[in-house]
Amino acid sequence: MAMRKVAVVGAGMTRFVRRAQETGKELCWQAARMALDSCGLTMDDIGGVCLGTAPDAFDGVHMNGEYLSDGAGAWRKPYMRSYVGGGTGVFVPIQGWYHVASGLFDVVLVVAEEKMSSYYPHAQAAFLTIFDHTVERPLKPNLLWIFALEMNRYMQTYGISKADIARVAVKNKRNAADHPCALLGDKNITVEDVLDSEVLAWPVNRLDVSPVSDGAVALILAAEPAARRITNTPVWIEGVGWTLDTAYWTNRDLAYPRYVEYAARMAYDMAGITEPRKQIHFVEPYDPFDYKELHHLEGLLLADKGCAPQLVADGVTERTGNMPVCPSGGLLGVGNPIAAAGLMKVAELFWQLRGEAGTRQIPGQPKRGLAQAWGDLMQVGTVIIMGV
Amino acid sequence: MTDRFAQYPGTPLSEGDFENKSVLFHYDEMHGEFAWDTGIAIRRYLDALKQGFLLGAHCRKCQKVVIPPRIVCEWCYQPMDEFIPLRDTGTINTFSLCYVTWDVQRIKEPEIPAVIEIDGASPRHGILHKLGEVDPRSVHVNMRVQAVWKTPDERTGAITDIRYFKPITEVGR
Amino acid sequence: MKLPALDHSNPDSWRGNLPITNRYTYGLAGERFFRAIKDEAKIFGTHCSKCNLTYVPAVIYCERCLNRLDEWVDVGVVGEITTFTLLYMNSDGSTRQEMDMIAFVRLGDGGLIHRLGEIDPGDITIGMKVEAVFKPPADRQGSILDILYFTPKD
Repeated sequence: MAMRKVAVVGAGMTRFVRRAQETGKELCWQAARMALDSCGLTMDDIGGVCLGTAPDAFDGVHMNGEYLSDGAGAWRKPYMRSYVGGGTGVFVPIQGWYHVASGLFDVVLVVAEEKMSSYYPHAQAAFLTIFDHTVERPLKPNLLWIFALEMNRYMQTYGISKADIARVAVKNKRNAADHPCALLGDKNITVEDVLDSEVLAWPVNRLDVSPVSDGAVALILAAEPAARRITNTPVWIEGVGWTLDTAYWTNRDLAYPRYVEYAARMAYDMAGITEPRKQIHFVEPYDPFDYKELHHLEGLLLADKGCAPQLVADGVTERTGNMPVCPSGGLLGVGNPIAAAGLMKVAELFWQLRGEAGTRQIPGQPKRGLAQAWGDLMQVGTVIIMGV
Repeated sequence: MTDRFAQYPGTPLSEGDFENKSVLFHYDEMHGEFAWDTGIAIRRYLDALKQGFLLGAHCRKCQKVVIPPRIVCEWCYQPMDEFIPLRDTGTINTFSLCYVTWDVQRIKEPEIPAVIEIDGASPRHGILHKLGEVDPRSVHVNMRVQAVWKTPDERTGAITDIRYFKPITEVGR
Repeated sequence: MKLPALDHSNPDSWRGNLPITNRYTYGLAGERFFRAIKDEAKIFGTHCSKCNLTYVPAVIYCERCLNRLDEWVDVGVVGEITTFTLLYMNSDGSTRQEMDMIAFVRLGDGGLIHRLGEIDPGDITIGMKVEAVFKPPADRQGSILDILYFTPKD
């Protein structure tokens, strides 16, 4: 395949807050402005813009991609919006990647934004419409059902306890205490705190869930010659993958996310990775619920089926462990503005690989990291591998 | 984070800011009214529900029976060969005890959503429904359940023509 | 078991709705822009010195160069009609009881879409100067409707 090498050369993000005063446009601009400043570029240097944002209902603006476009710098530029639910945050940099890899653009700005607080009274109610309108909505389902049903199946299939899973929430919320943009960082949270929190939909407790948030993240991608001019430490995109599974989610094995595996294999192939557990140094899997981090680690082939909890219990996934997982603090700690959350993970890869992650820095100079996002009707896997 | 940035943008507000009107805001609503075509497959599914049975679709090539029925097999991308009736009994694949409604109201007695693998469909092929007439503490994965139907007069051709699924009480156990 | 015949008296569509309520904040620029309308009956724009443009309504960034905009400019309450239309129909297709006159009024390098009032539709011309008429201070909420309409400036 004749594709150019593409690097991430700049990044910026807003704080993830429960309710932002800024409009969606202003959030996009804040992140984009920071990304440009981080590498000294101006809008004259940008060839095209890719933006990701999840359901229009959250922001409350129909054709949200068009509405946000000026805040994302798309004035008189080629512009595309992508959307694959929660997978958007890792898909939009993939979209930016093929804009550049194809040779069509040298420098592209990638933005992801979400303003879930607009949905009144609570963004969760918007998810009623994720269910089939004819054969599921009459049952008055609840987004929590999907996660609780999947979590229960996962626990049941492998004999995993709630405490095993709660350790992930504890790890991530503690990690997030070192993230300047985090909403729910907590250095002192314990497994008991998670298990004692209010039961929402058994087996899901309140602290097993990431919070609804507002925020935006932006990255700058550049082709090899431009990347080397812009920065001394470009972070190369080595592999990308994405896969969509069936929308008939009740016709699928809920204990294993095979769509994540297919996306991961596509990315591993492209990156020439044959032993992921050795060659991937740290991981940012999507963790809207604590059990999803485990579920996804297995789908990424970084743990055997049912064995991811053991890695957490053994400390392997701590920042100081052999394979740090969610050093950023993940969605559980930093926050979950749907599209921006995934891109936050990609930005984390960028900062970690350049040694710029401050108090979150993983020791030992990691050389290669992987970020993964998930969403839609529990069906999309999006994976990106970056390295220096 | 990179040391270049001392501060991160984003202005957090609290619910109190809205109650006190210390920020300007307004509400707006969208009223989307829809009439969704049920299509070829779901039309038959709803029809079957009104008549008191569950309908699946069969792909001979893939040897799969799926529910809800559809006109195309998503594995081989060929048209499904036929619609076939299934039993109204099944096995619980997974379940939850939910204490919160869809619009975030707390409830005392949990709703019990479940994915129920329907007898006659391929393994792991089920539907979303609710459980009833059961002690929440006794629900478990692999429990056998059967549909409790509305009376023929009450049925309208909807998934709610089944009120809920309840445990199969087997004689001698 | 043979499948019973399809009952054609059953409906072939499923009815439902999408209930969505949103609570919008006005943003960093909007907050200041609408407070000026509410408290001072003034219309503000923001000026980008690089692109030499004054955005109305005021915004915190220039959409062309993405620079931060800090320079707030009182653009006055008199603008020029750039285009207008006469509305006879409601959004649901029914006939309006009273015709509405809507114009885009140029202010700064942007402008506002709003109603025209105290004018005969036959007298409206593109290019004519019109002035904002505000609600009394006690009735203003910090909304675009705090301006009742634009009317010809003598």
